[in-house]
Amino acid sequence: MAHLVLDKLSKAFGNQQAVSELDLTVAKGEFVSLLGPSGCGKTTTLQMIAGFVEPTSGAVTLDGADLLAKPPSKRGLGIVFQSYALFPHMTVAENVGFGLEMRGLGRAERDSRITEALTLVGLASFGERYPRRMSGGQQQRVALARALVIRPPVLLLDEPLSNLDAKLREGMQAELRAIQRTTGTTTILVTHDQSEAMALSDRIVVMNQGRIEQIAAPEQAYASPASAFVAGFLGKTNRLDGECTDQRISVAGAAFAAPAGTASGPVTVSVRPERIAFGPASPAAIPGRVATRVFQGAHWLFEIETAQGAVSVIRQNTGEGVPGEGDNVHLHAASQDLLVTERRP
Amino acid sequence: MKRRRAATLVPYFLSAPALLLFLAVMIVPLIMTALLSFYDWGQYKGIVPEFTLKNWREMIADDYFLEVYVRTLRISLLVTLFSALIGVPEAYILNRMSPRWRPLCLLIVLGPLLISVVARTLGWALLLGSTGFLNQALVSLGLLSEPVGFMFTETGVVIALTHVLAPFMLLAVWAALQRLDGKVEQAAFSLGASQFSVIRKVVLPQIIPGILSGSVIVFALAASAFATPAIIGGRRLKVASTLAYDEFLNTLNWPLGAAVAVLLLVALVAIIVGCNRLIERRFAQVFE
Amino acid sequence: MSKRGELGRNGPLALAFNGLFLAFMLAPILVVCVVAFTPEGYLSLPRRGLSLRWFRAILDYPEFITAFRDSVWLGALSSTIAIGFAVPAALAIARYRFAGRETLLSLMMSPLMIPHVVLGIAFLRFFTQIGLTGNFFGLVIGHVIIVTPFALRLVLAASTGMDQRIEHAAASLGAEPFTVFRRVTLPLILPGVVSGWVLAFITSFDEVSMTVFIASPATNTLPVRLFLYIQDNIDPLVCSISTVLIVLMAVLMVVLDRVYGLDRLFVGTGKG
Repeated sequence: MAHLVLDKLSKAFGNQQAVSELDLTVAKGEFVSLLGPSGCGKTTTLQMIAGFVEPTSGAVTLDGADLLAKPPSKRGLGIVFQSYALFPHMTVAENVGFGLEMRGLGRAERDSRITEALTLVGLASFGERYPRRMSGGQQQRVALARALVIRPPVLLLDEPLSNLDAKLREGMQAELRAIQRTTGTTTILVTHDQSEAMALSDRIVVMNQGRIEQIAAPEQAYASPASAFVAGFLGKTNRLDGECTDQRISVAGAAFAAPAGTASGPVTVSVRPERIAFGPASPAAIPGRVATRVFQGAHWLFEIETAQGAVSVIRQNTGEGVPGEGDNVHLHAASQDLLVTERRP
Repeated sequence: MKRRRAATLVPYFLSAPALLLFLAVMIVPLIMTALLSFYDWGQYKGIVPEFTLKNWREMIADDYFLEVYVRTLRISLLVTLFSALIGVPEAYILNRMSPRWRPLCLLIVLGPLLISVVARTLGWALLLGSTGFLNQALVSLGLLSEPVGFMFTETGVVIALTHVLAPFMLLAVWAALQRLDGKVEQAAFSLGASQFSVIRKVVLPQIIPGILSGSVIVFALAASAFATPAIIGGRRLKVASTLAYDEFLNTLNWPLGAAVAVLLLVALVAIIVGCNRLIERRFAQVFE
Repeated sequence: MSKRGELGRNGPLALAFNGLFLAFMLAPILVVCVVAFTPEGYLSLPRRGLSLRWFRAILDYPEFITAFRDSVWLGALSSTIAIGFAVPAALAIARYRFAGRETLLSLMMSPLMIPHVVLGIAFLRFFTQIGLTGNFFGLVIGHVIIVTPFALRLVLAASTGMDQRIEHAAASLGAEPFTVFRRVTLPLILPGVVSGWVLAFITSFDEVSMTVFIASPATNTLPVRLFLYIQDNIDPLVCSISTVLIVLMAVLMVVLDRVYGLDRLFVGTGKG
């Protein structure tokens, strides 16, 4: 199943470690996202796969063949850039046909492949236009067609949708997913937008400071984040400082059994806002007071003041009564919804 | 790993031809000239490749050389001053001009930069001569009782050089004005400032770096100008560059001419580098 | 921007200043052009109608014609060679961070700062030593050095302004480095290359201070011949020759202004 393999891939710029010992195996036809904040090394990783950045150490193989030994022009990968990087002096058809021309394809075959690719992205009638006369979304499709027309084994997408406005972005996400399904091209997407990564990918690689924090399916990473960083980066989360002693955790006036294997010492307890419920007073519930309550249609948004600062709570609007501002409440959460990590004081 | 090493060599391959060219054809000749200034020379024996400080001593001892260098400095400073006096307001006015007229005005102001200095100086020779058109006009208008000869005077050289170099001042200030946010001026007006105080307190402080860098350019070009002082100044009113020319092509005392040229170059580089340092240090915060 | 508001406008005083400034810039150039049409045998304004006699007189001085031809060749050759050196160097400076990058840039821009008279002397000394004096080839070498900064500045501005990802895209589609340069980079920096060539040509064509040292009676440029002639006597002939030069440059100037914009031509190195 292993198709594209990154083996201990590292890159240092001077003494700045941009990517350290990255291991990743991508299966054929899989859609994998590299997700992380800017500067986490995700773009550098993509550029090493593409060949625009030389790794300091490590290996990249495609179907067992060493990819690093080849220059970018011989790797045959399809790449879509954030800035689209279309050739401004060529028409749309010439842009899309460039890769085919480099492969020495004849005129007739080129034309039919160009038409096919432009049809795939819904721009069949735009072949004679110049890129600067097109909208951002259209340029993005041209870039996609240009990358796909060479039938690359792997498609690399570098923040392809971040220059589009929010509405267009959602449409393009669905379309991108559909096109990837149709062509079955193994795809690696670099993005800092967690909702984009979750919407598109089979698996998400969450990166931070040049290291992988977690590799998992989107719903899995969201439900059980491997670290406080992942929990914070994927969706909203509350992080509370607590203390673990004798296998019990005390946090903000509540105490409960620690998960097996938790070492004594300071810990961080992360819990998603929608996983917190209001309930009766109990030793395992955190007492607090409603500071603000905002109605958002489908749900309510609360800010609860606790001994450990503000905690966000989201409750579905079920039509039942909810606490008002100033009310005293007790916060409950199921133990499987709590993520306990060690905290370095 | 062969490819990796090759990739880091790419910029060197790309720049090697230019680097070699400049080293071989510019740096080597300049060093040869510097060496030449330490060679001996005689009317009959020609250039003798023996180390001597004779030329440098002669330059320092002889008041004639001092006079020429002081004149060069005086002319350059005056040209810089006048270029600033007319170039800065003109840049400001051009910047505020309506888009309909600005391109034409800009063409008239910058166009002369592309026209041969000889042709432009010829124009001033025609205008400035004692029988020249400027004198004829001034006399016939009753502004002058008798013609004044500007040819072969420092005044004439300064006028012609200011014409040649003022566009450079204008360009430097123009560039500074382009970076200026017009809204700031409007804000000052809205706070009740008069046109004069807006220029003095808001615009001028922001374009001073432009004026200074323009001044450095104009000064450097004025100090190294050759054709204009040669034509307007004539054979007697020498500046450093025409003096070097004379030593080389008339007197044929190459070592002395080389010393004159090297001193000009060294003095100029010292002044330019010094001024740029000062400007950068003083106005670092204005340059973003 | 139909109305810029009363405050943003130039007042009458400013407009008068502008008029005087433009007159100052134009006066010496116009005077040369007007005198060139004089029917008299001496320097004078053409009061008795216009005459082309001094333009016809140019034909009686073949040395000016050959000098003109040599100047054109010299300009074309030296700016072409300068572009040949400037384009790869500009790409290296714009694209890579390497040891000596700053030094290379200041070295290649230094002919702007070094007095041309000093360069002329240095070339004269150099060419005498290696036996290249009075040689057209020597003139070309000297002019390449002098015009390279102009070529470099405009090519550099074009290269830094270009998105490098476009080149990456071409490489990822299978283009070899030279193909990337020929099909993508060069077409995209072409406006800078063309303007750089033209500016280099004009600079070479106008150059006097350096050329006067290394030119010889056999190989001479038009401005140098004109300069030497003016040193001896000023007559309507030099005016008519200058007029031809002025008109030629005016045409080139309008072309440059259309293609690139005159103010951009002289300002900056692409940093801002």
